[in-house]
Amino acid sequence: MAESNTVRDDKAAASSLSGRGVDFLLNRHRFKPAEALPWILAIAVYFFLPDRLTFGSQVLIMVLFALSLDLILGYAGIVTLGHAAFFGLGAYTVGLLVIRAGWNEPISSLFAAAAVAALAGFVSGWVLLRYRGFTLLMLTLATAVLLMELGNLRSDITGGYDGLPGMVIAPLFGVFEYDLYGKTNYLYTLAVLFVVFMIVRRIVYSPFGEALTGIRENVRRMHAIGAPVHRHLVVAYTIAAAIAGVAGALNAQTNAYVTLGVFEFERSAAVMVILILGGTGRLYGAFVGAVIYMVLEDDLAKWSPEFWQFGVGLLLVVTVLFARRGLLGLFEDIGRYISKKRAS
Amino acid sequence: MAHVLEIRDLNKNFGAIQVSRNINLTLEKGARHALIGPNGAGKTTLVNLITGALTGTSGQILLNGEDVTKLPQAARTRRGMARTFQINQLFRGLTVIENVYLAIAERTGASNRLWRAAGAERAVIAEALQHLDSLGLGEDAGKSVNELPYGRQRLIEIAIALAQRPRLLLLDEPAAGVPSSESHLILDVIGRLDPDIAVLIIEHDMDVVFRFAKEITVLVAGAILTKGTPQQIAKDEQVRAVYLGQDHHEVAP
Repeated sequence: MAESNTVRDDKAAASSLSGRGVDFLLNRHRFKPAEALPWILAIAVYFFLPDRLTFGSQVLIMVLFALSLDLILGYAGIVTLGHAAFFGLGAYTVGLLVIRAGWNEPISSLFAAAAVAALAGFVSGWVLLRYRGFTLLMLTLATAVLLMELGNLRSDITGGYDGLPGMVIAPLFGVFEYDLYGKTNYLYTLAVLFVVFMIVRRIVYSPFGEALTGIRENVRRMHAIGAPVHRHLVVAYTIAAAIAGVAGALNAQTNAYVTLGVFEFERSAAVMVILILGGTGRLYGAFVGAVIYMVLEDDLAKWSPEFWQFGVGLLLVVTVLFARRGLLGLFEDIGRYISKKRAS
Repeated sequence: MAHVLEIRDLNKNFGAIQVSRNINLTLEKGARHALIGPNGAGKTTLVNLITGALTGTSGQILLNGEDVTKLPQAARTRRGMARTFQINQLFRGLTVIENVYLAIAERTGASNRLWRAAGAERAVIAEALQHLDSLGLGEDAGKSVNELPYGRQRLIEIAIALAQRPRLLLLDEPAAGVPSSESHLILDVIGRLDPDIAVLIIEHDMDVVFRFAKEITVLVAGAILTKGTPQQIAKDEQVRAVYLGQDHHEVAP
């Protein structure tokens, strides 16, 4: 009885709230048909480009990594240049579990990587997120460099820049072997990305996600309305770190190889470039940015191994100058322009 | 009964510069207290000290009898204090309803929920609409803050503070920058504020001050020059000399 009353109350409240110009807020979390598109494309790649699946897995991993950055950069407005620290910790968690502990079951390794990265995110976030802007930029950068140097110092454990070779990952669910063409791995990576994406999507459309955008839009006002700004940021940073850790773990499993390169500054910078290209604070920007960046990198590097970065740099400059909200923002603007033209 | 706000011997120094000197001030429930003074007198600094955005060098601040001198801003806010800003501090990229939603979600603790849709918090949305309706902003709920004229943006500034359901409300020049054609909107809202809320208002416009305030404190060079009813202040020769005699309608930085 009580339950049906609640449902009726909710419905009554819903009907009184509709038509007040706030439907966008009431319905924001509902799935739109267009949201199926990236997943359909990803499955299409599996069937139509079977010889590019290893590369495809790399792209999906970058999408996941960029998605984790979007949660903190795009939604909460935290600028970091050390996000590779968590990617690297995830990768090394998997690598060390296999090589030093003989633990090679893939899915439990993912959880272990997420836990290690989350712990590091929580501790470093607790300390660093009292700062903002340029100071935070330098401190996050330094954290990643310190981790890399720590790994270098104990290269007896980490394998240093030569890396941890000879990782053998156990079959998925004990059944599906990792094949030469990366078919299993592609589907596995896509499945992990899908699950994590659903979690991130849920978080950004929650009241907590709304509070993160409040921090991005005006941190001073957030303090004034009594928001626990630091706590909100640490929670977001910890979640983002865990996801970056999962991305790093997938990377280690895909390559069956980990080196200290996972911590490199270039990776932190690349993921930020990806997000800016695709569009920050809009979930799917990570998909657009990662695909464009990775394909460009791949093609331009084949065409000109020395100067490929020039092409990426040029695209970034053009994006920042003419499409400040990223390519996805640009598509939205064009779509709105066309529908307006049609209406008039 | 305890005072809603009590300030005891409050001092604030920035290095060798004393920006607040021996401030003593009390506000009772339902107070309508204006804080006036020339530019650079330390009015906004005092508001920042009360909210906890700044920490005093010495002295005490009590809210409802509780010493909050060492508490951070969020903790003071939870004890029933809200403020508005002289220069708009809005969530500019968001819609009007979201601006108010955020304040309610932080007050009720809804903002700690990660696993529920923001749109499913019907009670928060309904309350946000109520606040907007009462300020005549109901029609603008779905609009982006950026799209609204400045006068209406000033009302959102107040709407956010009221959504915090304060017992103490600090208004820092609520009509600043609003063209005179729209300023009646702000004055109406201030005139209709819940009589139980204690209000401290900083204002340069003497018409507003004399219409609204029951008590006035005059701040000069960081110290309280005098206090009194509007009639007493209007007659005070000292106040005339330092303040009323001059034209002070420019906006402080």
